[in-house]
Amino acid sequence: MDWTALWLSLRLAGLTVVVLLPVGIALGRWLAYRDFPGKGLVEALIALPLVLPPTVFGYYLLVAFGAASPVGQFWQAAFGKPLVFTFDGLLLASIIFNLPFAVQPMQRGFEAIPPEVREAAACCGMSPWRSLLRVDLPLAWPGILTAMVLSFAHTLGEFGIVLMVGGSIPGETRTVAIAIYDRVQAFDNAAAAEMSTLLLAISLAAIALTFAFSRRIGRKLG
Amino acid sequence: MTASKGIFVDLRQDAPIPLAASFFCAPGEVLALVGPSGSGKSTILRSIAGTYRPHGGIVRVNGDLWFSAAEGHYRPPHRRAVGLVFQNYALFPHMTAAGNLMAAMGHVRPTDRPRRAHALLDLVHLGGLEGRRPAELSGGQQQRVAVARALAREPAVLLLDEPFSAVDKATRQRLYREIAELRRVLEMPVILVTHDLDEAALLADRMVVLHHGQALQSGTAEEVTSRPASPAVARLVDLRNVFPGTIAARSEDSGHGCIDWSGLRIEFRDGQGREVGQQVSWVVPDGFVILHRRDRPSRGEHENPVPGTVTSFLAIGQTAHLTLRPHHAPDLPLHFSMPLHAARRNDLAEGVAATVSLLAEGIHVMDGQAPPSE
Repeated sequence: MDWTALWLSLRLAGLTVVVLLPVGIALGRWLAYRDFPGKGLVEALIALPLVLPPTVFGYYLLVAFGAASPVGQFWQAAFGKPLVFTFDGLLLASIIFNLPFAVQPMQRGFEAIPPEVREAAACCGMSPWRSLLRVDLPLAWPGILTAMVLSFAHTLGEFGIVLMVGGSIPGETRTVAIAIYDRVQAFDNAAAAEMSTLLLAISLAAIALTFAFSRRIGRKLG
Repeated sequence: MTASKGIFVDLRQDAPIPLAASFFCAPGEVLALVGPSGSGKSTILRSIAGTYRPHGGIVRVNGDLWFSAAEGHYRPPHRRAVGLVFQNYALFPHMTAAGNLMAAMGHVRPTDRPRRAHALLDLVHLGGLEGRRPAELSGGQQQRVAVARALAREPAVLLLDEPFSAVDKATRQRLYREIAELRRVLEMPVILVTHDLDEAALLADRMVVLHHGQALQSGTAEEVTSRPASPAVARLVDLRNVFPGTIAARSEDSGHGCIDWSGLRIEFRDGQGREVGQQVSWVVPDGFVILHRRDRPSRGEHENPVPGTVTSFLAIGQTAHLTLRPHHAPDLPLHFSMPLHAARRNDLAEGVAATVSLLAEGIHVMDGQAPPSE
């Protein structure tokens, strides 16, 4: 068992969820409540990681984060280290390729709130912030929870993009998924099986918990 | 108008939803906005609440400017003291009945909120159900929570958006009585949106008849339904006996006169300002169409007798709804209703000849073309 890789995967998944929570709420709420020209394009851009082969997506991110790109240069100037083949770059890539997993369930969650209920919040004297905290978030909660769990589990399992952007540097960019691949390449099937089982257990537990929790909330709201 | 208590609304826009309506509602008064669906009444209500922002107009409450397009002034909904009861109540499903009320008490000290929620739920006869969530309440109970929540805000104006449309008929009758009782203790203006004329007549002091966002007439229910301002209003308030005619004679001082109705002379009483020879429309409400009894003369028999044939007889409950095709103008059917037992006693049935009188005091003359009859 490669504990370093597991800890790195968990840290990557946890940080991705932490960053995506506010980003997803803002984007999901915006897309749920507003109609504007080009909305379809924005939704398509967010959904792109779902359909693009991970290697293609990873290749574009690698180019975009590279030392020759404006993003790479900015990062180098601001933090004194490159983006590619570092944990920071991996985290940034993870946030981008998890956008559809975070935004879409949250958008559906906000869309499910009847517009009159939001109007009622305003007519009850709640400011937009107060309405977000007391009405929107509690009612969209099942969608938000689903988004968090999906992003977490998906980050643990992502392989192609991680390999393209991060490579396989132990302690820096080698995640469990990469470590499993390394072990198989080295004919260490026992270690690969061990880590695969653990990953399977974590993913199954996370998703089962979400389903159970969403159902309980659903029953409560009738 | 600026310093007076009450709400003054004047809304103007051409698109996307045309609006041309102006009205005032005094404290304690119930004003009904009446019109078919799509007449703009809900848009007007939302413009008052601030959840809709029209292109032009003014909303002023107790001297405070809430909205003025000309001055670019728009107060967002959460800063307007409105209580709005939504058509489907829009209760917060994750909060209890008391929680829903306390959510509207941002202006009250937190320690005082439970006591006030309790008192308000008592007021709407829901004492003891504080801890129930909306899903655990019946439709009528949800409606009462919605009313209590609107009052919890201590609104400067109370807005009711078709609040009775989602409950069954028996519950609705009970809620009418409760609202009628409740309004005696309310000191703010109340604006009720409804498509139901009877509901407006029952609950409101005055009504504004709306069509395509335009206020066509305002007045008491009695005024609007007996003296509609135009054939369009007559149609909207479900007066079906609207006919074309020509002023045939008129007395200068009394206003009494005669209309030529396809060759039949019809006497009227309120023809002020009309000229002989003028094309007009005229209306006679159901209640002023009296059947001549066959066995003995009845009241008003000499007034505007119209002989014809009964072409439809429809009994709904204890009321008979009849259509009479006059002999002189069979394409202009007259509609009237009477107690079922009276219709039976007079042997009325489809195909039977009958004569009715149109009471002159009920005949109302209007400018404008009568809409084509159905």
